[in-house]
Amino acid sequence: MSSTEDVIMAIPRELTQNPLRKIWMPCKNGLPDKHISQKRVCMTNCPTLIVTVGLPARGKTYISKKLTRYLNWIGVPTKEFNVGQYRRECVKIYKSFEFFRPDNEEGLKIRKQCALAALNDVRQYLSVEGGQVAVFDATNTTRERRATITRFAEQNGYKVFFVESVCEDPSIIAENIVQVKLDSPDYTDCNTEEVIQDFMKRIRCYEKSYQPLDENLDRELSYIKIMDVGQRYLVNRVLDHIQSRIVYYLMNIHITPRSIYLCRHGESDLNVRGRIGGDSGLSPRGKEFAQCLGRFIQDQNIKDLKVWTSQMKRTIQTAEALGVAYEQWKALNEIDAGVCEEMMYEEIQEHYPLEFALRDQDKYRYRYPKGESYEDLVQRLEPVIMELERQENVLVICHQAVMRCLLAYFLDKSAEELPYLKCPLHTVLKLTPVAYGCKVESIYLNVEAVNTHRDKPENVDISRLSEEALFTVPAHY
Amino acid sequence: MLSQFLNNTSDMSAEQKELTQTPLLKIWVPGMGSSLGQRRGSSRPQFTNCPTMIVMVGLPARGKTYISKKLTRYLNWIGVPTQVFNLGQYRREVVQTYKNYEFFRPDNEEAMKIRRAYASNALKDIANYFTKEQGQVAVFDSTNTTRERRGVILSFAKEKGYKVFFIESVCDDPEIIEANTTQVKLSSPDYENCDKEEALVDFLKRIDCYKMSYVPLDEEKDRHLSFIKIFNVGSRYLVNRVQDHIQSRIVYYLMNIHVTPRSIYLSRHGESELNLLGRIGGDTGLSSQGQKYAKALAEFIRGQSIKDLKVWTSHMKRTIQTAEALGVPYEQWKALNEIDAGVCEEMTYEEIQETHPEEFALRDQDKYRYRYPKGESYEDLVHRLEPVIMELERQENVLVICHQAVMRCLLAYFLDKSEDDLPYLKCPLHTVLKLTPLAYGCKVESFYLNIQAVNTHRDRPTNVNVARKPEEALQTVPEHL
Repeated sequence: MSSTEDVIMAIPRELTQNPLRKIWMPCKNGLPDKHISQKRVCMTNCPTLIVTVGLPARGKTYISKKLTRYLNWIGVPTKEFNVGQYRRECVKIYKSFEFFRPDNEEGLKIRKQCALAALNDVRQYLSVEGGQVAVFDATNTTRERRATITRFAEQNGYKVFFVESVCEDPSIIAENIVQVKLDSPDYTDCNTEEVIQDFMKRIRCYEKSYQPLDENLDRELSYIKIMDVGQRYLVNRVLDHIQSRIVYYLMNIHITPRSIYLCRHGESDLNVRGRIGGDSGLSPRGKEFAQCLGRFIQDQNIKDLKVWTSQMKRTIQTAEALGVAYEQWKALNEIDAGVCEEMMYEEIQEHYPLEFALRDQDKYRYRYPKGESYEDLVQRLEPVIMELERQENVLVICHQAVMRCLLAYFLDKSAEELPYLKCPLHTVLKLTPVAYGCKVESIYLNVEAVNTHRDKPENVDISRLSEEALFTVPAHY
Repeated sequence: MLSQFLNNTSDMSAEQKELTQTPLLKIWVPGMGSSLGQRRGSSRPQFTNCPTMIVMVGLPARGKTYISKKLTRYLNWIGVPTQVFNLGQYRREVVQTYKNYEFFRPDNEEAMKIRRAYASNALKDIANYFTKEQGQVAVFDSTNTTRERRGVILSFAKEKGYKVFFIESVCDDPEIIEANTTQVKLSSPDYENCDKEEALVDFLKRIDCYKMSYVPLDEEKDRHLSFIKIFNVGSRYLVNRVQDHIQSRIVYYLMNIHVTPRSIYLSRHGESELNLLGRIGGDTGLSSQGQKYAKALAEFIRGQSIKDLKVWTSHMKRTIQTAEALGVPYEQWKALNEIDAGVCEEMTYEEIQETHPEEFALRDQDKYRYRYPKGESYEDLVHRLEPVIMELERQENVLVICHQAVMRCLLAYFLDKSEDDLPYLKCPLHTVLKLTPLAYGCKVESFYLNIQAVNTHRDRPTNVNVARKPEEALQTVPEHL
């Protein structure tokens, strides 16, 4: 410990509990003092630059976008920088693969400029805007280019982690091209045949000068080499926690087609009475929904469907009606509303008007007294997401707040949007990965249920009137 | 699954059986909760659907046994029944006295026969572990350096329906090998009556015996196998064909552990106001004794002169107040919060006995699995502490300021304590435990910082029957105001 001398006389600072997040913080004269590390492990002490490496159509952008989505969801501000985008902004119209020929001086100049422009924006994001991770998505296939990036990172105090995708399977490459290249702005007026031909020639432009990361020459670098879409991985010199998490994530994702079904338990007795939380059973309509869900699932004819529930009665009752094996996850339990458990919004307004207002001010970070916040939920759901990535067809029967968190992960919703995502009762969301994102189909199973969605009211001030606070409370019995 | 569903459609209306909540685990099950075996719902995530054999590969002194024991300890702690089958042990049982390295010479026919025989016995014991003892993972700790030997294991596993995952440790750094040899081999039963020099010479010759026939796992030839190859104590890994969840967790764990010397300090918060009153849970501040402890802890830590110490607390006031006295940065982990006692929060044991006598008895019957109503169990705690353990493995010197139940869980991980022992581990207030990894285990040093505090440890009473009298239930409650 460095400053031993000035620490000997340390007087423990008074603590105050931040009213929104319920975090104990030191304070001076009732005001929060020096900021200290909060709530979660410090992911890394300096920004990280993730650099993709690989020939075109090897899944670099797919990985970049997915990784960015995951890191943002777990609370690590991350942004991707796709050099292809920069190129499209610079060279308004893409003519043909010739632009990428290694002997095209003009092309090379523009491409280098674009890479530097992107790096500049990376610096802006990491050093000025407070970003923590930047994903530099480009081919970066030469040692020379990677050295430029490494130098840049060193100058700015960033850690570098390379993610290389190596794949020689022609069917996978062809499938990639069909899935994401056909719709690329580069090929707006071309037919499929033309696109494939041109793109294959584009790949060949890179092949000659491609220097993959080498076990010996690059043994001082930190990287993961993904081979054949995840059959094999080579991991070298993982430096810190965030890199370790990134490696774990990359090793768990796959591209096998599948669908994830998300739904809430059937309407519960407490739902009907407008009360939050608790552990009640299904109402008669909820039981009807469970039956409909069973029929719906059967009709979908899903191969090897896994069914997950929480450990709360209402999700289990719903699953029981399906007549198939299911797994109970405590991590899928509804958000703990602490002292507000089983209350109606009207009662919360009456007994805890300050809390009620704080929640409306920042619903994502707000933690119920002796309860949880959405932010806490995300942390507890992370292993669920990791396992969902590993699995194939899964039906998750959960709860409103939980479903919002899961949905936000799949649909890349921000912390601000997450707590207001619409997840009504008796509605199944079918998520199917497609291209770089997720197709969502919403299926309402035609069994009436109360609405449990409370929008953010206009007035979120703690001095507001009761009516203003209760304005958006949905109807209940 | 479809046929199972079709069979059930006729009784769909009757299918909506009432659910009851099992009294101990607080798990909702259909019917009267009698036969858990008939349940469709499993209350634990399915790590794997068939037993897994983890097969170590590597020359002697490459850390195979270190990895085997550590991995086994981790898997057992997270609830996956695992056991190590160390071939060296089998050898020592068969060949009572170890003479010298000649036993391992590849041209020693007689020894080869013996070695094949006890290897086969080990496999039989593994099969027994899976079928009769409900084991889920068996770690086969041996050199397994030839393709032939690995072939035998693979056939065995295939025949029985076990999954196989290889862990190979490759190391060519002579310093590491010598350090290994000194740390664990020289104290092996094999070298009981030898002096260090002799033992070292013999051991190096032993390694040479294996080197000739060593065929490492090959990226190409073994591409259908599931394995991880660890190079030079973790600077590089090659991972091939991870099949399922448990293998993925194993890989993640192996990639996070290291052998850099360091110490982990575990301590509870200083005595709290509620501690004084004999009340559990809550979120109070430190008592005056607790504040004294915080200062003493700061002095103690300074005295230890720890390089780059990280300090972690929970989100609860009492641990944070304790950390504040250290005058250094600290990180707050919600995962380190004390066990949630649900409806019993802030009660004294006397009050719990009065208001929830049945719950109190159930807890004494199975303290590890018992879940407080609307609260948690020790089993839940372990689950939520797993990321903390993973990060502790990654880190070097760390001081964790936490709570009684939490500290018991962490300690059980480091000291390989069973589920039965865990909830009764002694973690008194105002005492720091310093854990230092040593050889295959952990050295523990206990430092009582000489600041008086109440005792919060309640032993298991003799009578745990629901029908017991209050006095019998409260017999072991420690004193309080």
